[in-house]
Amino acid sequence: MRDRLLLELLRAPLTEPAPAPDEAALAELAAKVDGAARRRLGRSLAIREVDAGSCNGCELEIHALNNVYYDLERFGIRFVASPRHADVLLVTGPVTSNMREALERTYRATPSPKWVVAVGDCAVDGGLFAGSYAVVGGVSAVLPVDLHIRGCPPSPTTLLKGLLALLHVA
Amino acid sequence: MSALAALMRDANRVTSHQPWPRVVVKRQAWSAAIDDLSQRRLTLLSLWGEAAAVQMALLDEPTGEIAVLGLDCPDGRFPSVGARHSPAQRLERTIADLFGIVAEGAGDVRPWLDHGRWAMRQPLGARVASPESPMPYAFLSAEGEGLHQIPVGPVHAGIIEPGHFRFTANGETVVRLEARLGYVHKGIDHLMAGAELETAAKLAGRTSGDSTVAYALAFARAVEAALAVEPPPRAHLLRALMAELERLANHLGDIGAVCNDAAFALMHAHCGMLREQVLRTADACFGHRLMRDRVVPGGVAADLDPSGQAAVGALVELLRGRFPALPRLYDNTASLLDRTVTTGILRPDLVRQFGAGGYVGRGSGRAFDARRLPGHAPYDRLDFTVPVQQEGDVHARLRIRMDEVEQSLRLVSQCLARLAPGPLRAELPRQPGEGMALVEGFRGDILAWIRLGPDGRVARCHLRDPSWFQWPLLEAAIEGNIVADFPLCNKSFNCSYSGHDL
Repeated sequence: MRDRLLLELLRAPLTEPAPAPDEAALAELAAKVDGAARRRLGRSLAIREVDAGSCNGCELEIHALNNVYYDLERFGIRFVASPRHADVLLVTGPVTSNMREALERTYRATPSPKWVVAVGDCAVDGGLFAGSYAVVGGVSAVLPVDLHIRGCPPSPTTLLKGLLALLHVA
Repeated sequence: MSALAALMRDANRVTSHQPWPRVVVKRQAWSAAIDDLSQRRLTLLSLWGEAAAVQMALLDEPTGEIAVLGLDCPDGRFPSVGARHSPAQRLERTIADLFGIVAEGAGDVRPWLDHGRWAMRQPLGARVASPESPMPYAFLSAEGEGLHQIPVGPVHAGIIEPGHFRFTANGETVVRLEARLGYVHKGIDHLMAGAELETAAKLAGRTSGDSTVAYALAFARAVEAALAVEPPPRAHLLRALMAELERLANHLGDIGAVCNDAAFALMHAHCGMLREQVLRTADACFGHRLMRDRVVPGGVAADLDPSGQAAVGALVELLRGRFPALPRLYDNTASLLDRTVTTGILRPDLVRQFGAGGYVGRGSGRAFDARRLPGHAPYDRLDFTVPVQQEGDVHARLRIRMDEVEQSLRLVSQCLARLAPGPLRAELPRQPGEGMALVEGFRGDILAWIRLGPDGRVARCHLRDPSWFQWPLLEAAIEGNIVADFPLCNKSFNCSYSGHDL
């Protein structure tokens, strides 16, 4: 193990430069989130991820944000284990009927001010699963959504651009 | 005569069902099949419902024969398989939830996917309108002095799918674990019915996001069987190439994540780097990191150009250079082995009884791999071994993955070497038919069964995730372990929630 650690000290870091915040995300946020809340939260964000019915594809790419290439924590953004520690709920999936209450209770357990980011095409309007007896719809059918990040699933770079927009104080 | 051939004697064969026979049997033969299952002469591949029938897919492991037994149940009842062969229990509860068809004599009649939250009961059967009324769920009991319960989920602490785990513990030791699933039930069976093939293939590819290639492949193979269409050779090789890239990405992710759950972050960082390289190569070659919607009925929807071939070749070189150091690091880290060796032991007899596949089965001595048996193109002409371990602990399931990384690299190289110019897709006729396929995803064998209507649309599609026969075994493997080792055991299984909940 010591050899490996020494070897890694000699290699250049793999972490890549930050992408610019997504313009569409900035526009959506400017319209929905007031500046005071953004100044309060905007330097460091604690995120609680909630899978409300996803196929697990979005989760894989959210996970990737923690790998050495994207290294999300360098921006002051980190994933937390409890909604009580969170500023942001990152919600994936079409919201299933069976997950609706758990999602609402997670939201209520998150202290204000808080933002909700809906991740993935399903989270916008239910996607391919819209219209099923078991699906409520997109996240906004259940919670007020501040930002949508589209994709099936969105790539880590797309996710990063959206999350950086949250940090970008207007 | 094999056990399966004996069951099918005198039964009406459905001629349109391919590639394996489907027969419509009477109750007597159905009960004889239950005898065979409970005596371990046959393995249950799946059990699913229709409007007024149930179907059971069976495997005769010694001979490699596969068949589907159908039983008409006009009165909405059938003799319970689960009463004598427990792997069928949750499948039967699902049939009751979705179709309202009752398993006679079943010991466990609690609803499974239906949490009382849908606007209707029996959504694929009578469609009885019902106001939302959450049902209390009676967890199985455990009695004794000093026992306490720990409820976990459906929202978990990590970035993972939702499900509820109910632990009963004596101090630190788990006495009983029971999972309650169904939280991500999206109604895929319902959405499939009446769908055009293109939409249905997309749904199949979104059943379990980490296995999108394997699901799309299983669905495509079932459709091709039903329509008697064979994809061109180049499509077969590209499909296998994508399937092996998917296996590599998932195994790398899992190896890192299991070690991370033992607080060994270094392995997680290295595996995360290699996994990202696989996904980036997939993106560069096929235009999508997870290769979603690239396998389609009839062939593939993306080609691999010469620069893509070079990129895959470079990826194989990178992994061959970097990966072998990681199993060595694992083997030389005593504190890590201390967590994985003898933790979460799964007994080989349970694996055989449940017909569990993937690293769960192969870690406990069951060598089954759908690429070998029943086998499918192009694997019948490729050289690879199926690693098997006997110990059944977290360590064994991890070792299987490490060995499979090497095998997948060999397979990717062989696919590249054999790739010859040619068409990518075969034309599909619009006609009725029935087909089934068994495909090896990274997690185990995925079964897809399809019936196409006269208009060429999907009349009924059933997808069975490997997790159906792995989730119940996690409950057995954790017994007697400490609560703190549950994340480790759970990750070593890495069962799918979405693939199971449908």
